[in-house]
Amino acid sequence: MTSEIILEARELTKNFGGITALSRVSFSVNRGEVLGIIGPNGSGKTTLINCLTGFVRMSSGEVFFKGKNISNKPAHRIADMGLTRTFQIMRPYFSLPAYKNLVIPLFAPRARRTGGWRGGGKLGDRKTVSIDILEEIGFERDSFVPYKIASTLPTGYLKRLELARCLALKPEIILCDEVFSGLSMSEIASMVPLMERLQMEGITLVMIEHRLRELFQVANRIMVMNFGVKLFEGTPQEVMANEQVKKAYFGSEEVEEVMHYA
Amino acid sequence: MSSTHRRKERIDRGIKVRTDGLYALMSWRELSYLTVPRLVLILGILALPIVMPGMYWQKVITIVCIYAMLAIGFDFLAHYVGLVSLGGAFFIGTGGYIAAILNSSYGLPPLLTIPIATILGAAICTLLLLPCLPLRGVYFAIVTLMYPLVLARIIEALDVLGGTDGIMGVDSFASSWVEQYLAVTMVLIFLFGLRRLVNTDIGLVFRAVKDNDQAVRASGMNISYYKAVAVFIASAMGCLAGACLVHIYMWAGISLFALDFSIIPIAATVIGGGGTIVGPVLGCLILVPISELLREFGTLRIVFYSLILVGFIVFRSEGIMVFGERKYHQFQRWVRV
Ligand SMILES: Nc1ncnc2c1ncn2[C@@H]1O[C@H](COP(=O)(O)OP(=O)(O)O)[C@@H](O)[C@H]1O
Ligand SMILES: [Mg+2]
Repeated sequence: MTSEIILEARELTKNFGGITALSRVSFSVNRGEVLGIIGPNGSGKTTLINCLTGFVRMSSGEVFFKGKNISNKPAHRIADMGLTRTFQIMRPYFSLPAYKNLVIPLFAPRARRTGGWRGGGKLGDRKTVSIDILEEIGFERDSFVPYKIASTLPTGYLKRLELARCLALKPEIILCDEVFSGLSMSEIASMVPLMERLQMEGITLVMIEHRLRELFQVANRIMVMNFGVKLFEGTPQEVMANEQVKKAYFGSEEVEEVMHYA
Repeated sequence: MSSTHRRKERIDRGIKVRTDGLYALMSWRELSYLTVPRLVLILGILALPIVMPGMYWQKVITIVCIYAMLAIGFDFLAHYVGLVSLGGAFFIGTGGYIAAILNSSYGLPPLLTIPIATILGAAICTLLLLPCLPLRGVYFAIVTLMYPLVLARIIEALDVLGGTDGIMGVDSFASSWVEQYLAVTMVLIFLFGLRRLVNTDIGLVFRAVKDNDQAVRASGMNISYYKAVAVFIASAMGCLAGACLVHIYMWAGISLFALDFSIIPIAATVIGGGGTIVGPVLGCLILVPISELLREFGTLRIVFYSLILVGFIVFRSEGIMVFGERKYHQFQRWVRV
C-alpha cells in the first residue's frame, strides 16, 4: 500500500453552542486504504464528516485534501474535488425514480469532467450511465427496481443509492456514514464484498460503522472516538486488545462477540 | 361506516401505461390519447381572442395572459425549485418601468423594449434576489414581497420615474390583435417550454434542489447557482408580462407594484393545481374574469373571491388540473378491504 496521505485533519474542533462535539481531532487517511471510525452514539462521528466535507463550519482546525487546504470551503466545491460523503439519514430525491436520482449527480460539473462520456444534456445518455452505476451497486438491471420511485424503496436499496450518488462523481474518496446500519444480516453480508470492490477500484473509504465484525473485515485501520475526542487508532487487532478502548466502548455485547470471531 | 369495509383503488388506464414509453405509440387511438388534450388546449387558447364578444372581454383575455405568465412562474418556482415567491408585483413593476423608460425616453419601439425589458429586468430581479436565495420558505416569500413595496415607496417619495403620476404616453401595440396574440402566444410558449424544461436533466436538478438541497450540494453542485437560474427564468416571464402591460395601458405607474400581481397567481395555482404548470393558466382563466365580473361590487368582491378560494382549498385542494389528470389517466373502483 502506498503511503500517500489523501485526507488529513489537524486539531479539528467543533462547538455547537456549549456542546463540544469535536475536540482537537487529528488523523489522516492514506490513498487506497479503508479507515474505520467507531464510537458510541453522540461521539461526534457524523459531525466529523460534516466538518470534513464543508457541510458544517468547524470552530477551529484545518483539513487538507490531496495537500490542499480545504478548511471551511463550500460543500459543493469540496465534493467537486472528489471528496464525497453519504448521509446517515438517507437523502434520496424521494419523488424521483431511482435511476433519475443518479441523473442529478451525473449532471454535476465533476461528473461531466470525469465521466468520459459526452453529456449532451439528453436524458438518454445519463439514463444509460445511471442504470449502469445502479447495476454495479446491486440494483438488478432487468428488474423494476431501478425504475421505482425512491420513496418506495426499502432501506437496503436507499443505502446503495447513497453510495451510487457518490460513485456517479467518480470520487477519489467516499466518507460513508453508517451504510450498514438498518440493514439485515444478509444485506450487510452482500454489502461487504461491494465495499471491498470499491477499494480494489482504487477508491479510498472512510467508514463509520457500528457493525464491528463486518467493519473489521474490510478496514485496514480503525479510529475510535468518544465524547468528541480521538481515543485510539490502530489495526483492528490492536483496537480490540486496547484496554482504554475496552473501557470506553466495550462492555457492549456486540464487541464481546466480535472478539470471539477476530 | 362503510368506509371501513371498502376503499377506493386507483389504477392507471392501460392506454396511459402503453403511451408512457416512447416506442409504444402503436395506434391512432394511443396517439390521440396523448395529443388531443394538448391540441384542445392550444387551439382553445388561440381561439380565445376571436370568440370573445367585444373589446372589453378581449382586454380581459390579455390580462388573463399577463397573470398566467406570472402564475406559470410561481408554479415553477414553488413546485419545481422549492422557492415560494410573492414576486409577481416586483417582476411586473421592474419589467414595466424598464419598457416604459426605454419607450418614452429613448423612443424604442415595443419590438425592442419588450425583449430588452425581459432580459434586463430579469437580470435586475435576479441580482436583487441573489442575497436571499439561501433563505427558505416564508423568508424568501417575505423578501420578494418587500421589494415591490419598497420600490413603490421610493418612486413616490423621491418623485423619480414620474413619481405618483407615472410615465405617460407609452406607445401602444400596432393593433389590439397584435397585443392579444403576442400575449396568448407567449403564454403557450412558456407553458410548453417549462413543461419540457422540468423533464430535462437540468429540470431534474431543479426538482432535486427542492426535494433535497443537501444531496445536491454533496454532488458538487452549487444550489445558489441553480436557484438563481430558476429565478431568472421566472422573473423573465414576469418582466415580459410587465413590459406588455405597460404597452397595453400606455402608462407605467406605481400600481404596477400592486399586490394583486403577487396574490392572484398564487390563488390561480391553488385553483388550477400546483405542479402542473397548465393548472395555473386554467386558474387564471377562471379567476381573472370572475374578478372582472365582480368589479361592480367594489370591495365586496374580495368576499366572493375569498369564498371561491376557500371552497377550492377545502373541497378540492389538489386543484382542477391534478384532479383532471388523474381522471384522465386512471380509473378508480371500490374494493373491499
Ligand atoms: N447541528 C447540531 N446542533 C447542535 N448540536 C449538534 C448538532 N449536530 C450534532 N450535535 C451534537 O454533537 C454531538 C455529536 O453528534 P454526532 O456527530 O451526530 O454523533 P455520532 O454521529 O457519533 O452519533 C451530539 O452531542 C449532538 O447532540
Ligand atoms: Mg452519526
